[in-house]
Amino acid sequence: MMNEKLLYTGLGLLGVMGPVIFPEYTLQIAMLWMMVLMASTWDITGGQMGYNSLGNITFFGVGMYVSASIQVSMFYDLAQYTASYGAIKPVFTETQYFGGLILGILAAGFSCVILSLIIGLAVFGLRGPYFAIGTLGVAVAAREIVTTMETVGGGAGISMPFLPLPIEQRSLFFYCLCFALAVAAHFTIRWMFSTQFGLAANAIRDDEDKAEAMGIPTLRYKQVGWAVAAFYMGCIGAVFGNISGYIEPQNIAFPLPTFGIFMVAMALLGGKGTLWGPVIGAILFHIVKETTWTYLLDWQYIVLGIVLIVNIVFFQQGIVGWLKTKYPEKFGILVDRSGNVSRGDA
Amino acid sequence: MFELLFVTAPIMNVQVLLEGVFIGSVFALSAYGLALIWGVMNVKNLAQGDFVIMGGYAAFSVSNAGVHPIFAIPVVIAFMFCFGWITYKLIIKRVIDNDMFVSLLATFGLSLFLQQVMNLIFGPEVQTLDSHFGILLLGDFVTVPKIKIISLLIAAFFATVVVLFMKKSRMGQAIRATAQDARAARVLGINTDRVYAFTFALNASICGVAGVLVSMIWSIQPFYGIIFSLRTFAIVTAAGLGNLPGVIGMSFVLGWFEQYAGVLAGAEWQIAASVFVLIFVLLWRQLQARRHRQVVR
Amino acid sequence: MSENLIEIKNVSKSFGGVKANVDISMSVKRGAITGIIGPNGCGKSTLFNSIVGYHPIDNGSITFEGNEISHLMVDEIARLGMLRTFQQTRIYGEMNCVDNMQISVSHRPDSKDSMFASRKGEIRERAEHLLEFVGLYSKRNLISGDLSFGQQKLLEFAMALMNEPKVLLLDEPTAGINPTLINGLIDRLRRANEELGITLCVIEHNMRVIMNLASHIYCLSNGKMLANGEPEKLQNDPRVIDAYLGGH
Repeated sequence: MMNEKLLYTGLGLLGVMGPVIFPEYTLQIAMLWMMVLMASTWDITGGQMGYNSLGNITFFGVGMYVSASIQVSMFYDLAQYTASYGAIKPVFTETQYFGGLILGILAAGFSCVILSLIIGLAVFGLRGPYFAIGTLGVAVAAREIVTTMETVGGGAGISMPFLPLPIEQRSLFFYCLCFALAVAAHFTIRWMFSTQFGLAANAIRDDEDKAEAMGIPTLRYKQVGWAVAAFYMGCIGAVFGNISGYIEPQNIAFPLPTFGIFMVAMALLGGKGTLWGPVIGAILFHIVKETTWTYLLDWQYIVLGIVLIVNIVFFQQGIVGWLKTKYPEKFGILVDRSGNVSRGDA
Repeated sequence: MFELLFVTAPIMNVQVLLEGVFIGSVFALSAYGLALIWGVMNVKNLAQGDFVIMGGYAAFSVSNAGVHPIFAIPVVIAFMFCFGWITYKLIIKRVIDNDMFVSLLATFGLSLFLQQVMNLIFGPEVQTLDSHFGILLLGDFVTVPKIKIISLLIAAFFATVVVLFMKKSRMGQAIRATAQDARAARVLGINTDRVYAFTFALNASICGVAGVLVSMIWSIQPFYGIIFSLRTFAIVTAAGLGNLPGVIGMSFVLGWFEQYAGVLAGAEWQIAASVFVLIFVLLWRQLQARRHRQVVR
Repeated sequence: MSENLIEIKNVSKSFGGVKANVDISMSVKRGAITGIIGPNGCGKSTLFNSIVGYHPIDNGSITFEGNEISHLMVDEIARLGMLRTFQQTRIYGEMNCVDNMQISVSHRPDSKDSMFASRKGEIRERAEHLLEFVGLYSKRNLISGDLSFGQQKLLEFAMALMNEPKVLLLDEPTAGINPTLINGLIDRLRRANEELGITLCVIEHNMRVIMNLASHIYCLSNGKMLANGEPEKLQNDPRVIDAYLGGH
C-alpha cells in the first residue's frame, strides 16, 4: 500500500505524543489502541478466513479473570478475598504488584491460547452462520459459568489490586501496556499474512471445500489463527481489568453487546479482510463514539444499533474495500488492458 | 437436591415436568417461526428472541390501558405483523441475497437496537403480567396456575392455525412453493418479494403471541431476548428444518432440561443450561456430519 | 511396492433407494493413465467421490498404497498424495493466479514448507514455471475469478501439479473447453504423466480423448462395472457400444 509510511508515521506520532499533548485523555487513547487490537485480531479469522466469530469476547473475559485470580491469589486467599466483598483492602508494594501483573498477563494470554485450541476443536467443524451462533453460545456460556463461580466472586465480581502510583503515572503505565500490545498484535498479524499462512487463510475464505481437496490442513490453520487472536484478547483483557479496577462478568468481562459487537462493527466499517481496514475502522469508530457519546444521553446504544445496521446493509465492503474498488492503483492492483482487474504484490 | 427430587418428593417431578411443557410450548412457537423464515427465505434471525420480548411488552402496554393481556393478543398480532413487514422492507430485503453472515449480523444489530429501545421505554425492571386466574391444585402437592394451562391451549391453538394456514390457504401454498424453489416460483408468477415479506411478518406475529404468553407465565425484561434467540436456534438446529414434530419435541426437551437444571443446580444455572444445550446440539450435529464425512453448513 | 496405487474392491453405494454403485472393483496402476467412461448417470462421479472421501461407502474397501482410506476425511486423503479436480472448476476466486498456485504446494507431512514459510524464492519460481507450462504466465497477476472458464480449468490443473501428487483424479477435464484447445490439454496431461511421473485417473465423456489418452479403461453402466480393458478392445466391445448408443 502506497501510503503505509504515512499511516505508520501518523499513528506512531499519535501513540507516542498523544498522552504528552493530551494528558487528560490518556486513558481514552489507551482505549483506542485496545479497540484497534480487538478489531485487528477479530479480522484474522473473521475477515481473512471467513470464520465470523461472535464470541471472541470470551477470551477478553477469561484473560481478565485469569489475571485477576493470579494477581490476588499470589498474596491472599482468593475465596476469602472475594467473599469479603471489598472488606479486605489489598496492599501491594510496587514489586509485588508488577510481578503479579506481568505473571497475570502472560498467564491470561497463554491460558486463552489453550482455551481457544480446545473450543476450536468444538466449533471449527461448523461453517458460516452455525459458527457465528456457536461462538456466540460459547461467549454466553462463559459469562454464565463465571457468574456462578463463587471463588471468583460470582456476579458480584472482584475488586482488583491497586497500582501504588499517582494517578497520572497509573494512566501512563496502562497506556503504554495497551499501546505496546496493539503494536505487537499489528505486527504479528502483518507478518503472519505476509507468509504462506495468509494465502491459506484467504484460500479457506474463498473456497474451503477446494482448500480441503488440495490437502490444506484447514483445522490447523483455523486453530492457529484463532489462537493468536485469543492470545492478544487475553492479554488486553488482563490489562483492561486492571485499568477498570473492578471486574464482574456481565458488563465488564464479557460485554457482548458492547465490545463483543464493536470489534465486528469496527472491522466491517474499515473493511474486513484487509490489514488496515480494522485499524482505520477502529480509530474512526472510537473517535466518533467518544465525541458524540455524551450528547446522545440515553440514545447512545440505539444510535449504535442503527449505525451497525446501516453499515452492514449499505456499506459492507468498508472504507478500505471501497477505496480499493475506487482507486485500485494505489493498492498495487493493476488494471488490465482488457479491463480485468488484477492484484499485484501487495 | 437429588434426594429431594427422587426420594423424598418424587411428586416434584410432576411439577417440574409440567413447567417444562408450559414453557416448552412457548419455545415451540418461536422456534417454529424461526424454522419458517430459515426454510423459506434462508434468513437466520438473531433478533428472534427480541421479537418475543417485544410481543410481551406490547401486551404489557395494552394491559396497562386496562385490557386483559389475553385480549391483547389480536392487537399484538397486528402490531407485530406490521413491524415484521416494515423490518423486512427496510433491512432483511437488502441482505437476503448476501452471504449468511451479513443477514445474521444485520439481525444481531437489530437485536441490540430493539433491546435498547425497550430499555428506554420500559426500563430495565423484570415484569410479569398478572392474569388474575388463580391456581389449580392437582392432587395434594402439584400446584398449577390456571394461566399456564390456558397459555398451553393458546399456543396449541395458534400452532394449529399456522399449520392449517400453510396447508390450505393460497398464501401458504405460495410460501411453500417459494421455499422449494424461489426461482421457479418467480417464473410461475408468484411475487416472491411479497411472499418473503409476508413470511417474515408472520414470523414476527408468531413471536408476538409467544411473547404475550411469556409475559403472563414467566417474566420479561429488555435484555432477555438473546437467550430466547439462542434457545430457538438450539431447537431448530437439533430438529432440522421442516420437521414440525421434531421442533415441538425438542422444545419440550429443552423446557424440561432447563427446569431440571434450575431445580438441581440452582436457578443461576438456568440460562447456562439452555446455552449448553445449544453447544451440545452443535457438537452432536458435527459428530453426525463427520460420520458422513461432512461438515455442518 | 505394489503395482496398483489405488485398489477398489466390491464398493457399493446407494442414496436412499437409488443404487449408484453396485459391487465395483477396479484398480489404478502406478505410473499409468487410467480412464473411466460411461453414459450420464452411470455412477462415475459417485465412484469418484467415494474414492476422494466426499461420502461414506456402504461396503467394500478402497485402499491407497495398501492403506484403507474409505473412512478418512477429504483433506486427510489429499495429504496422502491423492488429489482431485472438480467438474465445476473450483479455484480461489478472489486471489490472483500466482497466489492460487503458491498455496497449492504440498501439505503432506514430508513437505518442507511450513505454515509460516516465506512466499518468495523457490515456491514462487515453481509457481511461475508451472503457470508457463499451462500457458497462463502472462495472466499470472490477474484475479483468478476474472479468467475465462477454460483458463480457470487450466489454472486448476496447474494447481494440482504444484501439489506434486502421487495420483491425480480428473473429473471431465475437457468438459466445457473450446475444442481447439483440447489437443493442447491432452498433450499437457500426457506430459504431466511422463515427465512429472504423476499417475492419472480420468473420468471422461469425450470418447476420442479417452481412447487417445488412457492405457486401461473401465466402463460403467447403471452403477455396475460393464467392461474393462485396453482402449482398442473396449472400442469394439458390443456391450460398450450398446450402453452408449442404445438401450435406455
